[in-house]
Amino acid sequence: MSGLLSSIGYQYWVLDALILIPVAGGAVALVGPEVSGKRTALVVTLLEFVVSLGLWWAFDPATAGMQFEVSHAWIPSWGVTYHVGVDGISLFLVLLTTLTMPLAVLGSYTYIKSYERPYYALLLVLTSGMLGVFIAQDLFVFYVFWEIMLIPMYFIIGVWGGERRLYAALKFFIYTFVGSLLMLVAILTIYLLVGQSTGRYSFEYQHLLNNIWLTGRWGIWLFGAFFLAFAIKVPMFPFHTWLPDAHVEAPTAGSVILAGILLKMGTYGFLRFALPLFPGVALSPAVSTAIVVLSVIGIIYGALVAMVQPDFKKLIAYSSVSHLGFVMLGIWALTLQSVQGAIVIMINHGISTGALFFLSGMIYERRHTRAIAAFGGIARVVPAFAAILTFVSLSSIGLPGTNGFIGEFLVLLGSFGTQPAATIVATTGIIFAAAYLLWAIQRILFNPLDQPENEKIPDLSVRELIVLAPLLACIVWIGVYPAPILRRTEASAQALVNQVRGPQRLPIVPGAPER
Amino acid sequence: MGHLDLSTASGMTLALLPEVMLSAWAFALTLYAGVRHRDAVDQRRAGLIALAGLVATLIVVIWMWAADVRSVGLPFMMALDAFRWATSVVFLLGAILTVLLSFSYVDRERLWAPEYYVLLLLATVGMMFMGSGLDLIVIFLGLELMSVAVYVLAGINRRSPFAAEAALKYFLLGAFASGFFLYGIALIYGATGTTNLTLIDYQLRSLGLGTNLMLLIGAAMLLVGFGFKIAAVPFHMWAPDVYDGAPTPVTAFMAAAVKAAGFAALVRVLLHALSGALPAWQNIVWWLAVLTILVGNLIAIAQRQMKRMLAYSSIAHAGYLLAAVASGNALGAGAFLFYALAYTLMTIGAFAVVAMAGHNGERDLLIDDLTGLARRRPWLAIGTAIFMLSLLGFPGTAGFMGKWFILQSILQAREHALAVVLVAGSVLSAGYYLPVVMVMFMKPPVSETAHEQVAARGAGRLVVAVTAICVLLFGVWPNPALDLARSGGHDLASSPQAPVSSTSGAER
Repeated sequence: MSGLLSSIGYQYWVLDALILIPVAGGAVALVGPEVSGKRTALVVTLLEFVVSLGLWWAFDPATAGMQFEVSHAWIPSWGVTYHVGVDGISLFLVLLTTLTMPLAVLGSYTYIKSYERPYYALLLVLTSGMLGVFIAQDLFVFYVFWEIMLIPMYFIIGVWGGERRLYAALKFFIYTFVGSLLMLVAILTIYLLVGQSTGRYSFEYQHLLNNIWLTGRWGIWLFGAFFLAFAIKVPMFPFHTWLPDAHVEAPTAGSVILAGILLKMGTYGFLRFALPLFPGVALSPAVSTAIVVLSVIGIIYGALVAMVQPDFKKLIAYSSVSHLGFVMLGIWALTLQSVQGAIVIMINHGISTGALFFLSGMIYERRHTRAIAAFGGIARVVPAFAAILTFVSLSSIGLPGTNGFIGEFLVLLGSFGTQPAATIVATTGIIFAAAYLLWAIQRILFNPLDQPENEKIPDLSVRELIVLAPLLACIVWIGVYPAPILRRTEASAQALVNQVRGPQRLPIVPGAPER
Repeated sequence: MGHLDLSTASGMTLALLPEVMLSAWAFALTLYAGVRHRDAVDQRRAGLIALAGLVATLIVVIWMWAADVRSVGLPFMMALDAFRWATSVVFLLGAILTVLLSFSYVDRERLWAPEYYVLLLLATVGMMFMGSGLDLIVIFLGLELMSVAVYVLAGINRRSPFAAEAALKYFLLGAFASGFFLYGIALIYGATGTTNLTLIDYQLRSLGLGTNLMLLIGAAMLLVGFGFKIAAVPFHMWAPDVYDGAPTPVTAFMAAAVKAAGFAALVRVLLHALSGALPAWQNIVWWLAVLTILVGNLIAIAQRQMKRMLAYSSIAHAGYLLAAVASGNALGAGAFLFYALAYTLMTIGAFAVVAMAGHNGERDLLIDDLTGLARRRPWLAIGTAIFMLSLLGFPGTAGFMGKWFILQSILQAREHALAVVLVAGSVLSAGYYLPVVMVMFMKPPVSETAHEQVAARGAGRLVVAVTAICVLLFGVWPNPALDLARSGGHDLASSPQAPVSSTSGAER
């Protein structure tokens, strides 16, 4: 397979193609006839998925560095290069994105009833933006993609969202914007510091990474700027307040993308940029303790708040805060297992929570309510829905044999060595997860069927089953046989751990005297 | 064409060619307007003649820029450098877009006075002198030529009491500012014995006048004068009322080109003549920038009218430009040039939308009046969204590249606090740019007939389309404009520069 791929020069054009296909498709969807908007989008996202699938085989698991690299000069006078690449950390986030998008399109078929063409065009543009974030190897390019994807999401929430969509969209936009603008200042500062000390002004990530070693006040301020941008995106407690609003008000596909992919940008940012650029600051006892404590608070707090939500979608939203807390713990524990576990949870969360959001959207389309109290006993009415919801919930809880187990187990195992106390507290989060999800399932599916409106709900349609089937397959597959994923992430994760923990280089005192 | 000896008559004429040409065109147009000023047809013809003159001048400027004309010998009064050509291009572009915008507006408002276009041309000549003057007197003459023309333009709608108020207010405060400016020139002349910028720089350095009180007071007076022209806080009080009352195309012209002209002269005076006194003025400009960014953005959030919102937004953008000036380096001058271009495009585009979406005497076009515009006029709404996002400084637009350039120059000068203020201002500005996008796209129109009168046609549509496309183009492929702006900034600051003070920010 990899021989075939390299015979068509796959590694040279794949990343460019992945960015360009959705943009071109978005233009076609926008100007094409109204009825074919969704079909165009489906074809384009499927094509995108097929193209990206080659990465699975063409990817060389033994290489820790970037693969499929492509580089074009963009703004030479500022040292900006359009440089993209994929390594073991970003590979699965790219694949997760390309897998989620066709499902998101298909899942929107009946949900979106107005202005279909711009909706699907925005989804496609969003695809490019998200992929760009995961593959950018130049901080300018990274920043551009990071911000660009705000716009389609802002419109998707604001135009096609629920009742409080305007508030939720604005809140989502402003929160992200605040964080990212400070990151912009930090990126420019790093660029100038490295430029002054090496004489080469470039936003190339590798160049900056090789030449920066910051400690003291500079390091703390710059790390703080990156931290804020990523922590809001993750979202870490206490920066999470935009999340419930945005998730609940967004249309189903919007929630799926938000939870499945957008949140991962924050954790990915920590893994890719914040940790390697500022290891001295990130691993200093004060910072690292603070972040681990916040992660654990997020795990417990997210689970407890999820438990008391009357709205099923909001429950899933808060469960994200909890799951992402595990990812942050795994990243900051910084062992091979914990980092690999964090990557696996990122994938799992995209799959399981994505499926949960789809399911909540499907039941909402039938009953036009998401209140848990409005249901009860519907397992008899909609057996397929009930079976799938139960199964997905179990995977989200982390039942052995499902994907959820693998990730959380790896994180806890890997973290115990370096962060024992936090790991012990975090473990209780799994128990809480079982509590809130099983309780919710019980109230929705199994209590007595006491509301007459619920007696005639139609079960899942074939289209909806097609949307869910790939996610269910992934849940089982990762749960039973995660080795292919672990093998592909190992080299890059190990390199990251070594690099961050590695021998401390001597600090370069930035260009001018400390002020 | 190479080097040019300015002591010869032909060399002198050639150095002044664009200004001479546009002035002659303006006089010719005056003669035409004196004979034919009866109806809409005459008005439109006058507009076309003005347009032709502006385009012809633009071609000449570009030709002289490409020919890289340089002068021999000192002293001279007109600069022949990339900074001059770059600023001239920005002013001419602003004037061309304003003329295009004026056609349908003047028709709708029945402002049948062909002198309108004559004044526009004369104001543009004044701006070009401000961007190219190498002598304080030349800059002052350019300033007055521009200001007097714009005073009249602001009040050209004689039937509107608001326009009269705007014109009078602008005139009174403008005259006041001119007084400050002249007094500043006099004091600087007293300290250095010259009004030539190059010689001031030389005297300042050779006599060590960096802390001379008379010179510093003079410089402060100049700053006050410029502060009024560019509407920097605390000299901004006139701007909202004047922008609000003036005819919309004139407001666009004032917000974009007039402001850019004030900045062009300010940048040249500070970075060329007064670079030896950098530590003295850098702190003042720093504070002006901070105040202007914060006050402009904060008050803009509270606005409900489009024009007033854009007026305060233009104050905030003056703050961003001041931040570029405060960096005090060649990069800052380049950033100013690029941002001025980007800002001209996006502001005139935004005002074009106001002109089109407004009714007769659209003084009270509220942001909420645009509710649901996307359902009725999707392309106009998309254009507006592009301008708003560009003003916000969002990636993919020229505004983002401009802001990035400004931040780069500020951080180069190690003014980290100023950079944080600038991005904080950008966050605040999301509070008033986004609601425009929100009401257009995310709310249904208030009635079945809403927006039916919105006339997206003719030259106005052309302005919106061209500016929106350029904003996107420069947001994705800024290289040509960027390189020209950098060379312009470099040219300006190529005279011996004091090293950027690395301690001036320490006490903050």
